[in-house]
Amino acid sequence: MKYDLPTKEGYYGEFGGKFVPEILIPVLEELEEAYEQAWNDVSFQKEYRQLLNEYVGRPTKLTYANRLTDHYGKAKIYLKREDLCHTGAHKINNAIGQILLAQRMGKNRIIAETGAGQHGVATATACAKFGVDCIVYMGAEDMERQKLNVERMRLLGTEVRPVTSGSQTLKDATNEAIRDWVTNVEDTFYIIGSVVGPHPYPKMVRNFHRVIGDETRSQLAEAEGREIPDYLLACVGGGSNAIGIFYPFIEDESVQMYGLEAAGLGANTDQTAATLTIGQPGVLHGSMSYLLHNSEGQIQLAHSISAGLDYPGIGPEHSYLHKTKRVNYKAITDGQAMEGVKLLSETEGIIPALETAHAVAYLDELMPKTSKDEIVVLNCSGRGDKDMTTISKNL
Amino acid sequence: MIQTENRVTQLFERHDGSEKIMSLFLTAGYPDLEATVDLILGFEENGVDMVELGMPFSDPLADGPTIQYSSNVAIEQGITMKKILHIVEQVREKSQIPIILMGYINPVLRYGAKAFCEDAAEAGVDGLIIPDIPIEESGILKEEAANNGLPIIYLVAPNTSDKRMRKIDEESQGFVYCVSVTGVTGAREGDEVAKSVERFINRVQKNVTRNPKMVGFGIKSYEDAQRIAADMDGFIVGSALIDTIRSHYPEKGWKDEVFAFVRRLKYGKE
Repeated sequence: MKYDLPTKEGYYGEFGGKFVPEILIPVLEELEEAYEQAWNDVSFQKEYRQLLNEYVGRPTKLTYANRLTDHYGKAKIYLKREDLCHTGAHKINNAIGQILLAQRMGKNRIIAETGAGQHGVATATACAKFGVDCIVYMGAEDMERQKLNVERMRLLGTEVRPVTSGSQTLKDATNEAIRDWVTNVEDTFYIIGSVVGPHPYPKMVRNFHRVIGDETRSQLAEAEGREIPDYLLACVGGGSNAIGIFYPFIEDESVQMYGLEAAGLGANTDQTAATLTIGQPGVLHGSMSYLLHNSEGQIQLAHSISAGLDYPGIGPEHSYLHKTKRVNYKAITDGQAMEGVKLLSETEGIIPALETAHAVAYLDELMPKTSKDEIVVLNCSGRGDKDMTTISKNL
Repeated sequence: MIQTENRVTQLFERHDGSEKIMSLFLTAGYPDLEATVDLILGFEENGVDMVELGMPFSDPLADGPTIQYSSNVAIEQGITMKKILHIVEQVREKSQIPIILMGYINPVLRYGAKAFCEDAAEAGVDGLIIPDIPIEESGILKEEAANNGLPIIYLVAPNTSDKRMRKIDEESQGFVYCVSVTGVTGAREGDEVAKSVERFINRVQKNVTRNPKMVGFGIKSYEDAQRIAADMDGFIVGSALIDTIRSHYPEKGWKDEVFAFVRRLKYGKE
């Protein structure tokens, strides 16, 4: 199967596009051109790779999880250790890529939005590294829930702007960031933190994260003598870590891929973030994708124990992979995620982020169906330090 | 075709340029569900030429705080797409003022593009402004709108290139909406709009030649409007109107205050 998406217009099947106010069209066209030039420029690639190696700490390890494997007594489980990246999550791969692009475009004012704070911290870090002004929009409620990350961003010299409109979470922080962008298009670069938003963002963010899957291939070849695992698991909010590990394997049809989204209190309750499980196609934040919205098209609030997953939308490429059934998307409840946190902590000495714990929790369902000669790779997207308050409250 | 009888087209055909066409943006269902019809009818009596009726959306990312606020109030009070269309039907019992529906694409798609265009035309709507569908994404609505004689009005912004302005002029029907400043909707202070707008207006004059031109974003007074719309067919006021409603509602006589504001906007005096 040849996979060559998105189209020139930014579409993955019926999903994607550029649903933005006219003011942003010239900006997106400029960005697209700059991105394509940079991505195909040897000097850009060299600088990006060098920063990933020397600053981010890549390649991240592929760790054989022997005790977790023994726990199930079935297929071998490997963990792709994005939690070992500088700042504690995969998000930094993309922040570094986009800041290099911003520099190239001569844009010296950076804005971003953040929910759990990991993308905010990654962006603040990249901006500090390059000495660039940075403003991060964050829902007032999320600021309260993720105090530690707010402090980190401030220490890094970033201004964190509380967003008090709407639900005071990521959805509204994103609206506010877009409003800032529309107002300051001349000098401002908007670093989007997931594979969401208008074209070319979903493509660009995916390509900055594909390093996760590319490394997995070569590391697996070294460890097991074969590049291709049988199963790939990753959690999905917007979907950036998942697409990063999935993308280099999409054409390998034997790989079964699982994206685990947050069911919250249950996919059929109103306290959920399971966009692909119960959502309907629609347009939010610049692209056509699956969404949680009511019969009037008003966006619904998402809930998850993980502030990084409670977004009512999802990247358009995931919507396409869902619709074409190339990837299986399953919903994991808050309670199951907490079990996942305990399991990985106790068996491997790795406290996963609550996001990652959703992928860990799915092992209970997947592993009995596997056999001993098979290989599972689970993307360990981030570490759990930031979530310790929530984790200890729910233990 | 219905289009030749379109009330927007007729308005511009009738227009002799002696005074500027004034269009007001009002959020449907704000300040309450009952008031919208009366406000629109009252607008017409007080000199308003055209109404843009806002379809509230939970995540209005091109709007400033004022319109966000009014949208939230309307949603909380239970506005629905059906109720919005019913407002238009009620106005049509008494008035032929051109009404354009303005809002984000998601509620429209959720209603169904085909059903929406049919029902809107049936209710007496004269056009659509959907700020989050630029011409590239218009395919999602274009055919159904055309089949029902509903013009789609596109926007041009200060950073739109000359070439793109010409393309938007080709695609647009009814008029072209000229966004006077980069930024979100909302009244601006002092000369902020006037300062940046001159070069833009010159470019619009040169490139938008098929359609009438209306200028909007940031206008809050008669003086603003006369200056900014000097070389345009007319002007659009939204946030300043909503702010006026907000500051008087629900005092006794709030509507009279609002209509007095409307007359000042149009004529410079009550």
